[in-house]
Amino acid sequence: MTTNAAVEAVWRIESSRVIATLARLTGDVGLAEDLAQDALIAALEQWPETGVPRNAGAWLTAVAKRRAIDGWRRQTALRERYQTLAHSLEETTDDDPDDVIRDDLLRLIFVSCHPVLQPSSRVALTLRLLGGLTTEEIARAFLVPSPTIGQRISRAKRTLSAAKVPFEVPDRSELKERLGAVLEVLYLIFNEGYAATSGDGWMRPGLCREALRLGRTLAELLPAEPEVHGLVALMEFQSSRLGARTAPDGSAILLQDQDRSRWNRLQITRGVAALARADSLGRARGPYVLQAALAACHATAPHSADTDWALIVALYDALSAIAPSPIVELNRAVAVSMASGPDAGLTAVDRLAGVGALAGYHLLPAVRGDLLAKLGRGPEARLEFERAASLTRNERERELLLGRAANTLAD
Amino acid sequence: MKFMLMLKADPANQEARTPTDEELNNMGRYNEKLIEAGVLLAGEGLHPVETGSWVSFEGEDRSVTDGPFTESKELVAGFWILDVASKDEALVWAKAIPLTDGTVEVRRVFEVEDFNQDNEYVQQEVKWREEHEGAVER
Repeated sequence: MTTNAAVEAVWRIESSRVIATLARLTGDVGLAEDLAQDALIAALEQWPETGVPRNAGAWLTAVAKRRAIDGWRRQTALRERYQTLAHSLEETTDDDPDDVIRDDLLRLIFVSCHPVLQPSSRVALTLRLLGGLTTEEIARAFLVPSPTIGQRISRAKRTLSAAKVPFEVPDRSELKERLGAVLEVLYLIFNEGYAATSGDGWMRPGLCREALRLGRTLAELLPAEPEVHGLVALMEFQSSRLGARTAPDGSAILLQDQDRSRWNRLQITRGVAALARADSLGRARGPYVLQAALAACHATAPHSADTDWALIVALYDALSAIAPSPIVELNRAVAVSMASGPDAGLTAVDRLAGVGALAGYHLLPAVRGDLLAKLGRGPEARLEFERAASLTRNERERELLLGRAANTLAD
Repeated sequence: MKFMLMLKADPANQEARTPTDEELNNMGRYNEKLIEAGVLLAGEGLHPVETGSWVSFEGEDRSVTDGPFTESKELVAGFWILDVASKDEALVWAKAIPLTDGTVEVRRVFEVEDFNQDNEYVQQEVKWREEHEGAVER
């Protein structure tokens, strides 16, 4: 292991804590990150000579603080605020107790996901400040040019600074809504990696791991919030299937057709544990806990034939009640057809089609075609598959749907 | 990537020494750090080797040998499974284990997605599955 690789690994592990500590001391997230970057450069210069210090995080924090004080001292027109800050920085010890660092980290998560920022900026800033990823790595993961990410991050820092966003955890009255924004950012990051069928082979799954890691950290920082455990459970269950979702030719394998022996048991076990932890808090199930419970139905069924579809329908009912969406309704209709037969499923799909909520969404005619085919209504099914094929933007899916259209008449 | 950190103990100086309170506290704090960093998937300590057994295979024969195994140089006394971005990261965590002697072996855990999908064995398996599509429970 070269020293540079070692420094980078230490950075990935420690940077969020270093930045969080400095953000509390300076009151400015952007400045905190610049100072932490200076400390990283110092580490890259010095550690090859001296070796990696035992407490690398404290070393980086101490160097960054020193830089801040020196920087302010050198300014001839030293403003009073900086003088006070420099003084108070010297007063603080370089070895903050763990619980102080934990609180700082939680504040940093809430600031990175602050509603004053654009969602795309929240994602970039979170990966940068909390994941320790470089601008370059984030750009590769999101398949966008590096300068785009760089601009998002610097704009986000300016916005936080201009809006004078305080470095604090929102109070109880605000917490639910603000936590929702944090969970949304983490799930966005996760899905970006999970939905990927193209792009850099290493960075995309890396996004799933990063979102999961941050979710687990957040679950330790906010152990009494069921939705955090729910999101962690959901991501554990979904990650457990990463290795079974694609065929050698790159095409997607549907859940019921996946080889369940390829699912990662360790992550399923962890998902079950996180879901149990959420439920043990004794509060009503929120949207993430319900989605985790749905994922658990699949993850814990040894074979697809063992799936408890009646329970899945009930969970979709609960989800519709608190977070209604046409996609949830469509999934519910599929579950109804599995639980009570294609007739019942078709009734549910037709009700959805009548509302027109999913017009232009290829999965609606695809599901409808599937149910019609099961009911032996070949000509109608064929028309639905053809319509679905004309709506999908995915070439492989189009071939699959046209294939089904051709096959329905042969049946 | 998942890595397994295996704590090795030399049977020669493993006189079932119970760790001191301080050692236990340090290890507890280390494990807490792993959990807070979101990287710990699993971790367990193993009972002393004299309570363990070896099962050896020779063709169809099975033979059981009870511990201790004086002839072996080092034995696994515990393990952690970490979920990290690189081997370097696993090594940084391994170096942070609060030990004053002994060895920790760091090994990558195989995952389905690590298997190259162009690998002929994987393809054979997929082909077999396609051929037996009807036979697989659905």
